[in-house]
Amino acid sequence: MTELSWTRKDLLGIADLSAAEIQLLLDTAESFREVSLRPIKKVPTLRGRTVVNLFFEPSTRTRSSFEIAEKRLSADSLNFSSATSGLVKGESLVDTALNLQAMSPDLIVIRHGHPGVPHMLAKRVAAGVINAGDGAHEHPTQALLDAFTIRQHKGGFEGLKVSIVGDIEHSRVVRSNVLLLHKLGAEVTVAGPRTMMPVGVEALGARAVYSLREALEGADVVMMLRVQLERQSQAAFPSAREYFELFGLTQARLKAAKRDVILMHPGPMNRGIEIASDVADGRYSVILEQVANGVAVRMAVLYLLSGVHREAE
Amino acid sequence: MERLLIQGGRLVDPGQGVDDRLDILIEDGRVERIGKGLKAGRGGETVEAEGLIVAPGLIDMHVHLREPGQEYKETIESGTRAAAAGGFTAVACMPNTQPPNDSRPVTEAILKEANRHGYARVYPIGAISKGQKGERLAEVGEMVRAGVVAISDDGWPVMSPELMRSALLYAQHFGVPVIQHAEDLGLGADGVMHEGEWSARLGLPGLPGAAEDLMVARDILLLEQTGGRYHVAHLSTARSLELVREGKSRDLGLTCEVTPHHLLLTDREVADSDFSTQTKMKPPLRSESDRLALIAGLQDGTVDAIASDHAPHHADEKDVEFSAAPFGIVGLETTLALGLDRLVRADLVSLYRLVELLSTGPARALGIEGGRLAPGDVADVTLFDTEPRRMVSPKRFQSRSRNTPFLGWRLRGRPVATFLAGRRVELS
Repeated sequence: MTELSWTRKDLLGIADLSAAEIQLLLDTAESFREVSLRPIKKVPTLRGRTVVNLFFEPSTRTRSSFEIAEKRLSADSLNFSSATSGLVKGESLVDTALNLQAMSPDLIVIRHGHPGVPHMLAKRVAAGVINAGDGAHEHPTQALLDAFTIRQHKGGFEGLKVSIVGDIEHSRVVRSNVLLLHKLGAEVTVAGPRTMMPVGVEALGARAVYSLREALEGADVVMMLRVQLERQSQAAFPSAREYFELFGLTQARLKAAKRDVILMHPGPMNRGIEIASDVADGRYSVILEQVANGVAVRMAVLYLLSGVHREAE
Repeated sequence: MERLLIQGGRLVDPGQGVDDRLDILIEDGRVERIGKGLKAGRGGETVEAEGLIVAPGLIDMHVHLREPGQEYKETIESGTRAAAAGGFTAVACMPNTQPPNDSRPVTEAILKEANRHGYARVYPIGAISKGQKGERLAEVGEMVRAGVVAISDDGWPVMSPELMRSALLYAQHFGVPVIQHAEDLGLGADGVMHEGEWSARLGLPGLPGAAEDLMVARDILLLEQTGGRYHVAHLSTARSLELVREGKSRDLGLTCEVTPHHLLLTDREVADSDFSTQTKMKPPLRSESDRLALIAGLQDGTVDAIASDHAPHHADEKDVEFSAAPFGIVGLETTLALGLDRLVRADLVSLYRLVELLSTGPARALGIEGGRLAPGDVADVTLFDTEPRRMVSPKRFQSRSRNTPFLGWRLRGRPVATFLAGRRVELS
């Protein structure tokens, strides 16, 4: 594994990665974690490199995390958000890509509402493309930071029982997480209302259950997902109240999990809908550690992808 | 008197149950005689068809010619050139033009333009409802008098059961079939690919097979009461096929077509092609079990026709995010070669059956002439060669559009020539 070097131009999804590549990313993140603990949080690793953050969907957490990672690596970064980008003016994505390419960036971080857009961009530009979330498809850096956090607490993944609860159908976090954890040997369970479970869910490589109790039983890791009832089709769920009653995580319910369970959430949280506040802020929660680890993981991703370019030149 | 002898070929004509080495003598646009050792006679022309297949002209009963209104995608001229290049002597064109073909003037304009070029026969399909809005019946009688051979709101399903019942009843006055784009828009209408394993993996909203099944089932229930003729366009699911099979066993006036892409590709293609928008069409590429059921439907006779659903789109329209791309692919110039290589050579159906699906079957489903080369029949003929290998190369397409998922496929078999009423169609 130590001989493995990163050869990919892009990070489009966990689906493409081998277990060894995932481990390499996590190990690299480990070495960057320390940078954020220093008083001067900056290394010159990406000095002179240009990173474009292209966000076609609102995002606070992921975008800030990437920006901070870029700054701590001394990269020059540039932000396009949907409010200022060409798309609003009716420019096609292909033209946006070609225009960006003309400015020779080294890396492009992209968030888009439609699955497959980072893949499309990656084919058109020489820059490395990092998928920061494409519709309900993948969110690879989120899965990597989740895995990094799990590894810190549990040491490894083999046989680990991980349960992910919520709107499975519309979640990119689930897809990337299930793929990643499955590749590293964890046993993943997904749970949620039947109306929020995609048809064909078995293909993801996770066991599907339809009760919170069953999902929590004996779990080492519990990951709660944000549920956006207002975005659901009219038939998916009647009310937030009923959602919390059936699938909301409370202290009492969490007792079904292992005694050393860790509780995760990719954020932003809906307190009182998928999770009670006392659980979110309680002793099992590692939610803020996830956020902190996100910076280290993204530094690792930026570093490894930029290295490919250096070799190619 | 004009005479043409097509000599030495293998005549495959399911219209009269013939598959034999036979010559065809054509006089003044109609078949005069078929037999062995025929002579063209003085002043007659001879076409040497040794080693070739001679078939009644192929008919694509489901194409979009885009004219009037979207000539940047296709015109009647380019679309019929594509038909001829693909071995087709006739196409039936759907009414979702701009304006839609929902009235006699539009029908007449289409036919006038088609006759001006003469690359292939054009059979317009009229709209079921005014403006294809799904509200009031269009003037079907007027359109049929002008030349419409069927009615359909294709592109849009007829959602109202009331309107569908009226259409099935009213169409019987004029002897035309009602063609339905069977999709219940009340279920999964925001979908962009088949709902199943691959939509789950890719996070794309799914189009459930049940949306098609619901509509086919509903329409068959209506057809039981109304009588008349009903045709399912681009049928794509195993369950819908079963419904049609069962309905046919009760002698309902029920027919269906399937497309080459639903016979040869599955939803997995969306992932394997990395979200290529050339894999996006309606109905979507379905599951492997659906695909296998459709092939079984070809074999047991449930399927009446293979139709391409030729749907040209400009490259700029397709070169966008998967979810934002329009549905549809072109097919006129790939259907025959795909059938010869991937269905006949793959031993899934006989050559005879393929010709039936591409000629005799669609002629019967539409109730138009063609699909047979018996004495007295119109001499629309397709010649093709099952041997030569060729790569699908959209650059060579006659169509104005290039949107095909079959780019680069190596296929064996290609059309050689088409004849309309005994006259060879020249593309140059």
